[in-house]
Amino acid sequence: MKIESILLAILLMAGVTYLIRVLPLVLIRREIKNTTVRSFLHYVPYVTLSVMTVPAIFTATGVIWSALAGFAVAVLLSLKGCKLPLVAACACAAVFLVELFF
Amino acid sequence: MANRKTWFLRGVRDGVPIGLGYFAVSFALGIKAVGAGISPLEAALMSLLNLTSAGEAAAIVLLGVGTTYVELAFTQLVINLRYLLMSCALSQRIAPESSVLHRLLVGYGVTDEIFGISMGVQDKFSPYYSYGAIAVAAPCWALGTLLGALLGNILPANLVSALGVALYAMFLAVILPPARKSRVIAGIILVSMLASTLLTLACTHFGWTFLTEGFRIILLTVVISAAAAVLFPVREETEVSDEN
Repeated sequence: MKIESILLAILLMAGVTYLIRVLPLVLIRREIKNTTVRSFLHYVPYVTLSVMTVPAIFTATGVIWSALAGFAVAVLLSLKGCKLPLVAACACAAVFLVELFF
Repeated sequence: MANRKTWFLRGVRDGVPIGLGYFAVSFALGIKAVGAGISPLEAALMSLLNLTSAGEAAAIVLLGVGTTYVELAFTQLVINLRYLLMSCALSQRIAPESSVLHRLLVGYGVTDEIFGISMGVQDKFSPYYSYGAIAVAAPCWALGTLLGALLGNILPANLVSALGVALYAMFLAVILPPARKSRVIAGIILVSMLASTLLTLACTHFGWTFLTEGFRIILLTVVISAAAAVLFPVREETEVSDEN
């Protein structure tokens, strides 16, 4: 069926997306005992966040050089154990400065 | 466990950089939405109800060229399927005593970024942590979309550019500290980044348009996490020390 109502389309996509998000949270109520499944879920965030960050971060700014600077600053500060907001702010500042001078 | 207010404020604090990043991204999304014939209010509503960058960006393209309800629903399912994995992981980390109502509300806020900071919380997180982050991030996302749709290009380009990196910097701040303590996690992060880069290059080079970004994320997450789970099963003790 061709889409005629944008509002209906918005509600439909919101419904699909919400179900995907909420079902595991509601259905999986107890601790999973199986070691392999536990391990899998343990590694999921690291893989997902890594995959979402690289290579996308390199094209997230105006030019690749500023993105590389932001990436480098974020990696260094993260490894030093700085808090999330500080890491984000410094990475943004690095991007801004590099784009100012180049 | 700390009380509700503490958890909420902590969520707000961690949600601020997310909100800033969201604002920049959704501003751009709002501009695109208007270009596709969606009104500013509809665009803002879409953002408020969906809270998903990749899904909304795809929907805007589809709505712009004309599509069917089935195609739209299916696209959202594929692009956003990664939230299913994230929610499974979160189900093991949310405070176990959380009621169904809390879980229904937390589910609304399962985005890449809020997932990221929630997993960054040591041990279990309270639903109020999610609420704090949602309270900052969701309005920023919807407001950014609305302003982008209404005002177009008023933010200086270099400011938008700088904000664009905020989300990714936060992801790195979540995954890298544990990598210093665990060689396995460090290795998994390196392999993931490398594989993701190679797959993205291959998709561009060979024109594999069916492998969208959302699908690539699912594919790599499942394959690499499964391999890691088999090769390096996590025992209870190591799990705790990994996540300090």
